[in-house]
Amino acid sequence: MIAAIHITLGQVAATLALVGIAVAVSAWQRADLERDIGIAVIRSFIQLMAIGYVIDVIFEQDNLAFVFALLAAMVLFGAITARSRARKVPHAFWPLLIALAVAGATTLGLVLVLGVFDPDARYLVPVGGMVIGNAMTAAAVALNRLGDDVTASTNQIEATLSLGATSTQAIHPIVRRSLRSGMIPLIDSTKTTGLIFFPGTMVGMLLAGAEPVDAVRLQLILLYVLLGSVALGALTSVLLAYRNFFTPAQQLRELPGQGEDMPGAS
Amino acid sequence: MLFEFDHVSFRRGGAVVLEELSFGISEGTTCIAGPSGAGKSTLLRLFNRLADPAGGTVRYRGRDVRDYDVLALRREVSLVPQLPALLDGTVATNVSFGARLAGNAADVPTALRLAGLDEAFADRPAGRLSVGEQQRVMLARALALRPKVLLLDEPTAALDERAKGAVERTLLDLRARLSLSVVFVTHELAQAERLADRIVWLEAGRLGPDPARVPS
Repeated sequence: MIAAIHITLGQVAATLALVGIAVAVSAWQRADLERDIGIAVIRSFIQLMAIGYVIDVIFEQDNLAFVFALLAAMVLFGAITARSRARKVPHAFWPLLIALAVAGATTLGLVLVLGVFDPDARYLVPVGGMVIGNAMTAAAVALNRLGDDVTASTNQIEATLSLGATSTQAIHPIVRRSLRSGMIPLIDSTKTTGLIFFPGTMVGMLLAGAEPVDAVRLQLILLYVLLGSVALGALTSVLLAYRNFFTPAQQLRELPGQGEDMPGAS
Repeated sequence: MLFEFDHVSFRRGGAVVLEELSFGISEGTTCIAGPSGAGKSTLLRLFNRLADPAGGTVRYRGRDVRDYDVLALRREVSLVPQLPALLDGTVATNVSFGARLAGNAADVPTALRLAGLDEAFADRPAGRLSVGEQQRVMLARALALRPKVLLLDEPTAALDERAKGAVERTLLDLRARLSLSVVFVTHELAQAERLADRIVWLEAGRLGPDPARVPS
């Protein structure tokens, strides 16, 4: 049985001392991050407080329609956020939106079908948030790498197209590297879980007074669910987005900001 | 006529790169020459549809290039880019790559010999070759497709004088041994006159005053 714990705003405010250290380090080293740290602190406060009240309402209503509306909003804002990391990928929004929706729907659907969780707002909202959030990070990293690598490899891609390769064949090595970039951070953190760091869910349950074995089991479930969602998010986004670099005639489109440096510019 | 360009224009980011080009080239060796920035490489990419013109028509053997299957066209009209861009793996892996995509077996030793490389290069890692050797592997990779037209973008631009001479001899040898038409780009008029049957002179995206002259 988990004992409910109560956190006062005073306790939250006390931890701002640590934020003060971060600001001091940035100022001392002239890293010019003080403003970003300030924005991060204010945004996290406002966003988490707001979502806290939203979740409170959803838990009280216990209506799945509200749950799905919240998850859909997370997918939408996740895609908008990730798009800013994938500026070199043409029209990245739709691949990201579809990728996050596929990752969220598939993983949550599977855990419900397998009977891991009950179809209850208390499970679906936090797990859905983690699934969509991790899929968003993976998709953003993967598309960021995709954009960088395509921009840096136009010569290689066109050389391969010149041999009669399709766009899929020409970009395959880059797709593979992008997928790896998106998935490796979570795989690495999963490998070191329990050795180097304790994941948030487990820490939260332990702080709330849960049995360590229960905390570990729930954490394992979430880690495995997140591996699936990250794979789906990265894969779907990359497979949909790479097509935007090519025309139907298997030609590499002119990329934004590209001019005299691109092959054939002379 | 091997290729016909009919009022062909090309724009990049709104800027005109090629303007209303109309000319034809027949079988043999053709050079597209002109100063840097004239649009030579851009023009070369229109031959096998690595890019399409904004206006006008490019015809290959009397048919609009857009009427061909684009992958088959690129195997028949194969382009070797200016900078080497080899895949990871051995020279043999690279040389056989295009032919394998088409479902054919590549004759790697013959392709290497035609490109002026010893057969022993086949097992060497592509990443450890000199720039000149990589350029020849790129040529062998294109020749392994048994193309009917070979497009070469500044084939000697990245090479020193000695390697440049060797590549020029290879190109002359290819012309003598294979029934292969070659279109190559260079900014060196002397090289154009050494290698080409005819020269298409390009300046600032337009044809020069004597666009299809025969070298003296």
